Amino acid sequence: MRFAVIQFPGSNCDVDLLHAIKDGTGEEAEYVPHTADSLDGFDGVLLPGGFSYGDYLRSGAISRFSNVMSEVKRFAEDGKPVFGTCNGFQILVEAGLLPGALQRNKQLHFICKPTELKVANNTTRFTSEYAKDEQLTIPIAHGEGNYYCDDETLKELETNNQIVFTYASENPNGSVADIAGIINKKGNVLGMMPHPERAVEDLLGSSDGLRFFQSMVKNFAKETADV
Amino acid sequence: MKTTFEPSPEMIRDERIYSQWGLTDEEYRQISEEILDRLPNYTETGLFSVMWSEHCSYKNSKPVLRKFPTDGPHVLQGPGEGAGIVDIGDNQAVVFKAESHNHPSAVEPYEGAATGVGGIIRDIFSMGARPIAMLDSLRFGELDNERTKYLLEEVVAGIGGYGNCIGIPTVGGEIGFDPVYKGNPLVNAMCVGLIDHKDIQKGQAKGVGNTIMYVGAKTGRDGIHGATFASEEFTDEEESERSAVQVGDPFMEKLLMEACLELIKEHSDILVGIQDMGAAGLVSSSSEMASKAGSGLILNLDDVPQRETEMTPYEMMLSESQERMLICVKKGSEERIKTVFSRYELDAVTIGEVTDDGQYRLYHHGRLVADLPVDALAEDAPVYHKEYTEPERIKEYREMKAFEPAVDSAEETLKALLQQPTIASKKSIFETYDSMVRTNTVVGPGSDAAVLRIRGTRKALAMTTDCNARYLYLNPERGGQMAVAEAARNIVASGGEPLAITDCLNYGNPDKPEVFWELWTSADGISKACTTLGTPVISGNVSLYNETNGQAVYPTPVIGMVGLVKDLDHVTTSEFKQAGDVIVTVGETKADFNGTELQKMQLGRIEGELFDFDIEKEKAVQNNVLKAIRSGWVQSAHDCSEGGLAVALMEAAFTKELGLDVTVDMPKEWLFSESPSRFVLSVKPEHVEAVAELFESDASVIGEVTHTGIASIKTADEQLECSVSELKELWEGAIPCLLKSKV
Repeated sequence: MRFAVIQFPGSNCDVDLLHAIKDGTGEEAEYVPHTADSLDGFDGVLLPGGFSYGDYLRSGAISRFSNVMSEVKRFAEDGKPVFGTCNGFQILVEAGLLPGALQRNKQLHFICKPTELKVANNTTRFTSEYAKDEQLTIPIAHGEGNYYCDDETLKELETNNQIVFTYASENPNGSVADIAGIINKKGNVLGMMPHPERAVEDLLGSSDGLRFFQSMVKNFAKETADV
Repeated sequence: MKTTFEPSPEMIRDERIYSQWGLTDEEYRQISEEILDRLPNYTETGLFSVMWSEHCSYKNSKPVLRKFPTDGPHVLQGPGEGAGIVDIGDNQAVVFKAESHNHPSAVEPYEGAATGVGGIIRDIFSMGARPIAMLDSLRFGELDNERTKYLLEEVVAGIGGYGNCIGIPTVGGEIGFDPVYKGNPLVNAMCVGLIDHKDIQKGQAKGVGNTIMYVGAKTGRDGIHGATFASEEFTDEEESERSAVQVGDPFMEKLLMEACLELIKEHSDILVGIQDMGAAGLVSSSSEMASKAGSGLILNLDDVPQRETEMTPYEMMLSESQERMLICVKKGSEERIKTVFSRYELDAVTIGEVTDDGQYRLYHHGRLVADLPVDALAEDAPVYHKEYTEPERIKEYREMKAFEPAVDSAEETLKALLQQPTIASKKSIFETYDSMVRTNTVVGPGSDAAVLRIRGTRKALAMTTDCNARYLYLNPERGGQMAVAEAARNIVASGGEPLAITDCLNYGNPDKPEVFWELWTSADGISKACTTLGTPVISGNVSLYNETNGQAVYPTPVIGMVGLVKDLDHVTTSEFKQAGDVIVTVGETKADFNGTELQKMQLGRIEGELFDFDIEKEKAVQNNVLKAIRSGWVQSAHDCSEGGLAVALMEAAFTKELGLDVTVDMPKEWLFSESPSRFVLSVKPEHVEAVAELFESDASVIGEVTHTGIASIKTADEQLECSVSELKELWEGAIPCLLKSKV
């Protein structure tokens, strides 16, 4: 499986995603600049964390206008997997590929630490290697990760089983319904604030994030075998 | 149109305008009579005033810095470039430096701290290295007033705001609190980078006709005279220095860093030299680059990218606008350079060329506005041998009886100590820093040293910053030794072999003989320890004039040390791992209370003669600890420092909330003694014998780790029993509580 890691100006977790794919899953990954106008040849798109355009405006609000984003949208419309973590999640929300919004953390400052996540939905192409309700240790590192949506959207997310990860023990940022990660209705675009790419080696504290990427790879293999 | 009035050379002389910029009468005389043989104009006087400031020329501290050992078989670059470089084998090297940003942070704490971080990062990537980690050493007044709380919160926010955005993990450092830092906090930032030998750069402008290019942010009027500002002390009357503080843009620096690293990695054939525009901005970077290469330089200031209109040569040359670099490239390669930078949406602009006559010439609107020998600016600042005298207090301390603490209840004393802000957990602060980005952080903030693996190898780097300035206040020479020793102890406890140090020498006004004595004698101590431990000084910075209304800070030479962990299996952390492990102390505990946290807590001040310290003994102990770690016998290792053995034991127990059952044959007061050269280790029962044999009389088995969650410590006169989680709550809650409480 060949992954595109999109580099927006100010992305800084691009290198972590690249290593998670290459060293963690053994698959291929390549950087793709924000100016690119094609995603041909890629089987998955990854939007990294960081501070695209400095996040001087609302996080992700400028990146969504990047040249490559129209291609990312097309890629998503084709039903191919798109994953955004942290700033990547914020961009997906700003781009309208996922519902809701990300506000400043309830403490009003940046917070970086390992968090306990619950796998609320293990039937997605991103989480099939996890058990339902399994608890994972995955770090967060953000200042604007407080997920918000109105009641109607929340009901819809719940009804469609679109809430994929929730904070298990402590809600670190004030997110509605302890939401840490959601997926679109179609099931091919997932965004989450925690960083699974930072949890692919026991040496660095946790390898619970590895099965996230392995799920993507296995499901892709299955799909291509079915065709 | 605005016209800017500039005083004539005669006016500068007659009205002694130069003295407002920090030049002395004698320095001005040297410039006009010996160097130029004419009166310098306004721009030229400005150039000299910043280049001859202490901050740029080290004119007061050079004789001190000459004491430091700077060589070693593994040193690839000592002091003098952007940062020092040490070989770590496999054609790799580690690059590091620490720098202070004290004065800007006292005036505008968020931007002061943020630009301190930005500046030190540029020093690292200007050497060609990829920055991999940041550490910060901070000192504040007591958290008993709104101003200090504001300073702490904003400095921390500034460090995080810059480091998190640029994507370099902030992995460690320390924060201390003492009343002397109230008006003059210390903000020292250290950056560590990784480089392949072949990529090492120099800040040089050589090769006649080669092109000088300006890259990065545009030049504005911010930070003009920042270097002279850093070389003055604060008084309440001089509150209006605000314009000297710069504003940081970490997003710009991220782009600049990536562009420069690409330039260095992939276009080394056309890159001649590269340097950060740091203190004293364009003048310092350009004149140093030319002077180092023995060249001259012509700069056309009309081509300098400007953020504001009508900027004068004086303003452009002295501006300390952030996120700018100066590069020297081969003539004819300008377009290639522009293409590289344009990919990052950055401008690269030709602003001058290298000449061979050793003159530094600036043109503006077609006029020659400065024409000076380049060495006069960059090399020939006078060097002062300051007078020094031992302060009165030191004599008094020698005659004082040793402090005898009054400890009624060891349990209450321990609880109180754990809540002293210098000892209390800094977790609530560290958690606002991204300590994991780039996924190399094996040990993050909170252990003795941070450890980062080197991807693709079995090696790792351990890094720490340390300085107990209270010890230096009582005895600068011995305290200086102990600062280096403590840093090394932290590296060793983490499984690393100390390599070298960088230092930030934070002192008061050197014109006071008592302050200069502190600087002078502490340098002797630092040198002695560095020589003994084999850790040369490879970079650093000097920050003098840290005074408010005549009150100097404690002599605070912050030591930043990096060590090499030869194999990831050696990485060791401070926390106890499992019940059943045996707790061993290494080193001797005595009644050492002068200058301790306990003395400060009980008396409200520190005083008396500093206790003994033996660097040879320290070295022997450290060697054995490292040997034990490398033999695989050590489950946890923790340096025993502020608050003594009791605090060290608790810190080791907190992470996993394990219990401990310990018996020590000493009076309860000694639990809080700060005798140097001590470690707390935990080892598996099967390794106790080997450890005992290795350390001989230096180690004692004092008990074991338990699963009870109870800390039980028996001394000769009190048995202390407390809940570990209760103590942990006090320890973790102290700083958030102080920050929230209203005065």
